[in-house]
Amino acid sequence: MPTNILMPALSPTMEKGNVARWLKKEGDKIKSGDVIAEIETDKATMEYEAIEDGTLAKIVVPEGTQDVAVNSVIAVLAGEGEDVKAAASAAKGAPPQKATEKKAETVAAAPPSAAPRPQKPSPPTVEAVPATRGNRIFSSPLARRLAKEANIDLNPVQGSGPHGRIIARDIERAKSGKGLRAPSIAPALGAAIAPAMSDAQVRALFEDGSYELIPHDNMRRTIAQRLTASVQTIPHFYETMDCDIGRLTAAREEINAAAPKGKDGKPAYKLSVNDFVIKALAVALQRVPDANVSWTESGLLKHKHSDIGVAVALPGGLITPIVRHAETKSLSAISNEMRDLAARARERKLKPHEYQGGTSSVSNLGMYGIKDFTAVINPPQSTILAIGAGEERAVVRNGQLAAATIMSVTLSCDHRAIDGALGAELIREFKTLIENPVMMVV
Amino acid sequence: MADSSFDVLIIGSGPGGYVTAIRASQLGFKTAIVERDYLGGICLNWGCIPTKALLRSAEIFHYFQHAKDYGLKANNIGYDAKGVVARSRAVSKRLNDGVGFLMKKNKVSVIWGEASIDAPGKVTVKASKSDAPKGALGAGSYRAKHIIIATGARPRVLPGIEPDKKLVWTYFEAMVPDRVPKSLLVIGSGAIGIEFASFYRTLGSEVTVVEVLPQILPVEDHDIQVFARKSFEKQGIKIHTNAKITKLDKKSDSVAATMEEGEKTQTITVERAISAVGVIGNIENLGLEKLGVKTDRGTIVVDEYNKTNVPGIHAIGDVSGPPMLAHKAEHEGVVCVEAIKGLHSHPMNKLMIPGCTYCSPQIASVGLTEQAAKEKKLDIRVGRFPFIGNGKAIALGEDQGLVKVIFDKKTGQLLGAHMVGAEVTELIQGYVVAMNLETTEEELMHTVFPHPTLSEMMKEAVLDAYGRVLNI
Repeated sequence: MPTNILMPALSPTMEKGNVARWLKKEGDKIKSGDVIAEIETDKATMEYEAIEDGTLAKIVVPEGTQDVAVNSVIAVLAGEGEDVKAAASAAKGAPPQKATEKKAETVAAAPPSAAPRPQKPSPPTVEAVPATRGNRIFSSPLARRLAKEANIDLNPVQGSGPHGRIIARDIERAKSGKGLRAPSIAPALGAAIAPAMSDAQVRALFEDGSYELIPHDNMRRTIAQRLTASVQTIPHFYETMDCDIGRLTAAREEINAAAPKGKDGKPAYKLSVNDFVIKALAVALQRVPDANVSWTESGLLKHKHSDIGVAVALPGGLITPIVRHAETKSLSAISNEMRDLAARARERKLKPHEYQGGTSSVSNLGMYGIKDFTAVINPPQSTILAIGAGEERAVVRNGQLAAATIMSVTLSCDHRAIDGALGAELIREFKTLIENPVMMVV
Repeated sequence: MADSSFDVLIIGSGPGGYVTAIRASQLGFKTAIVERDYLGGICLNWGCIPTKALLRSAEIFHYFQHAKDYGLKANNIGYDAKGVVARSRAVSKRLNDGVGFLMKKNKVSVIWGEASIDAPGKVTVKASKSDAPKGALGAGSYRAKHIIIATGARPRVLPGIEPDKKLVWTYFEAMVPDRVPKSLLVIGSGAIGIEFASFYRTLGSEVTVVEVLPQILPVEDHDIQVFARKSFEKQGIKIHTNAKITKLDKKSDSVAATMEEGEKTQTITVERAISAVGVIGNIENLGLEKLGVKTDRGTIVVDEYNKTNVPGIHAIGDVSGPPMLAHKAEHEGVVCVEAIKGLHSHPMNKLMIPGCTYCSPQIASVGLTEQAAKEKKLDIRVGRFPFIGNGKAIALGEDQGLVKVIFDKKTGQLLGAHMVGAEVTELIQGYVVAMNLETTEEELMHTVFPHPTLSEMMKEAVLDAYGRVLNI
C-alpha cells in the first residue's frame, strides 16, 4: 500500500508548517534517510528525511505552501513494486488541509499492535488540538457541571473528547491534578484585554497605494504571538545597573592575544564582550538560585542549570538560541558554541531544541550604540538582561572626576516569580562578576 | 501486489464484518472479506432483518383484526404463511445483494469459503458448500497485515433440549415455517424468544414462554419487564418464570416438554418448540488454539481497540463478547480499523449501546437499569411517563406504554432510559445521542420536542424526574 508522507510535528507546540522546498521530484526513487523536503516551522527550516524506500508517487502539497496542518498528507510514497500511478491517483482524494481544519484521518498506518508509528523526526509528544475557538472552551454539559461542583477551572483541563472537547472523564482526572495543560496564555485572558484594531480599521487610516503589504512569515507571527502573550501575562519590572568594564576589556584583549593559532593561522578562539556577559549571567544565576526559576500555576520550577538564551537578529525577525549549562562551560567553549549557533540561526537552520526553553536570556544592542533599553521576557524564562553599549563616561571616584568604560545593563523580571530585592541581588552578582572577570574563571 | 495479498482481511461478512470492510477501504487499505455462506451474515439473512419483515406482516394483520377500532371495515381477513415467509426472504435477498454491491463499490475483494489462520498474516481459505457469488475469489492461501475475525455467533444448544430442526426449532427454522403451528413453546425470553413469541401469537398460535430467571427480558429494567409481561399475558401468551425445561420428548408431530417450576413438575404438549437460550461465539476451526489467541467461555478476549493478545489479529462483534448486537459489532469494527490506521479513535463505551426488541409492544433501552444503578449505590432520580398521557399515542390507538429515565441525582447525568410501547425502537436514539454528548437534565429540558409526537414523552419523563411533569 502506498505510504502517506505527513507534515511532521517538529516540536511539541507545532501545529502547522510550510513546505519550503521539495528536493525530490515526482517519480524519483527514494531511499530511507534521503532528504526529500525542507519544512519551515515557526522559527527554523528543517530537513525532512524519508523513513521508507520507494518512489515519490505524488507531491500533494506544492512547495511554497504555507500553514499546512501537522499530520496532513504532503506527499505519497509508492512502496517497492507498487504501481506509482495508482498510488498517485489514490492521493487525489486527499487535498492538503489548512491548519484550522485539522483532521485526524491522515495519520499513517500503524504496524500491528503498535502505537501509531511516528514519522521522523519523531515529535516528543503531540498535544491534542486545543478545543478553543476564541474564548469558548468546548466542554460537555456534564463536564461543566462536574467542574463547577469540584471548583475546577476548565481553562487548564486537557480535553480528551472529539476535537479536544472536555468530557466528564477529563474532570475526574483533573480532580487528581492529572490531564492539565501548561497554563494557556492569551485565550484564557482574552476577555480582559481590549481588542486590537481590526486590519480594516488600520488600513483605513492610510491612503490606498501609500503602503506595501508584506505578508507575515511564521517567525513574525511567532514573535507577535509569544511576546504579546509575555507582555499580557507577565508582570514585568526593570532594574538598571551601570557596570565598569575596564578590567573586562583589558582581560579580553590579553586572553584573545594569547589564543593558540590553528594550522590555518586562525586563533582557536576570539572572545566577545557578549561571551563574558553570558558567562557572568550564568554564574550569577548559580549564586542567586532563587532567581533561576520558571513560573507555573502549580509551582515554581527552580532550575539547576543556567541555560542562557542569546537573542540573534535576523533579517525580518530574531531567534534566541540557547547555551545550555553555561555555568559549566569555559569562555572559549561558550564563544565557539555561540558562533556556530548564530551562524546557523542566520541560515534559519536551528533545530527546535536549540532555541526552546532556557532559564534566562541576554539581549545585546551595544553594537548599535544603544545606551540602555528594556527587553521583553521570553517565557518560560523569568528574566532577561538587556545590554547597552560599553562607552567611555565621566565618573566620580573618590571625589575626583575620571573616565571609565561603562556598560549599562537592565534586568527585566517576572514579578510573579521574582521580587524586586531578589532581582537586585541577581544584577549585583552580575555586576561583581563582569567587573572582576577573573572571578568567572574560578 | 498480487490479488492474494491484502492490508486488511476480515473473516465473516455479517454487519460487523462488511461495515468494517467498507471503513477499511475508505481508509485506503487494500481489503478482503471472507464469507462461507451469505453476504450480510446472520443479521441480514437469518436474524435482525428477516424477523422484522415477519413482525411487520404480523403487525399489519393485527391492524386488520382491529380495523373496527379505527372505523374501518375489513372482511375475510387472514394470512398466507407461505406469502409471509416469501416476503421475509425477499427482503433478505434484496439486502444480501446490496452487500455484494457495497463490496464492489468499495473495491473490497470477496473471498468465498471457510477461513482459518495459519499464522499472523497468513490465512487459508477452503471451499465451502454454498455457491460463490459472481466475481468472488476462491479457495487458496491469502496474506494480510491485519486480520479481523468477525465470525459472529450461533444458537446455543443446551443438553436435553437439543433442536432437531423439525419439531424443535432454532431461529433458522422458526423464520421459515410451512405453516403456523397451533401451539408453540418458546424456551428463553431474551429478544429472540420474545420476538418469535409475539409473531406467532399474533398469527394465532397458543404460545407458552418459559424463562429460567425470575423475569422475562432479563436485561431490561424491572418496570419494563413487569409492563411487558402484563401486555403479553393480556394477548394470551402464557409465561412461566423461574421455570426450566428439562426434557423434550419428540413425538411424530408434537413435543412433550417437561417443565420444572419451583417444586412442581408438569408436562406441556405443543406442536413445535423454539430453543432461544442464547447464542455462542463461532470460535472454532479458525486456528485460534494453535496461534495462542486467548478465548474465554466461547468468545475471543480483546482489548478496547479489539486487538487480541496476538499481534495482527483482531476480533469484533459477537465473537468478541457481549452484548451480541449488530450495531455493537459495526461500531467495534470501525473503531478497530481506525485504530489500525493510527487514527485517534475512541473506544466504545459499552454502557451506551442501545438494545431494541421488536415484539408488540416494542421495547428499547440504553444505559443502566434502576436495579443496576442501585447496585452501584448511585443516588438517582427516576422519571416516568405513560403513553396514556400523550396525544399522539392516543391518536395512533397505541396508548399503552411507558418511558422511564434514570438520572444521577448529584450531577444530572442521564444514566439510563427504558421504554416499552409503540415505535420506541425509533425513539431511543434521542436519549443515546444525549448520553454520548454528556447532556444533563437541563439541556434535555431546554430542548424543544415537536408536537404532536411520541417523542414528547421523552421530555415529559425527564421533567417527571425533577417534579415538573406537565401532562399527567
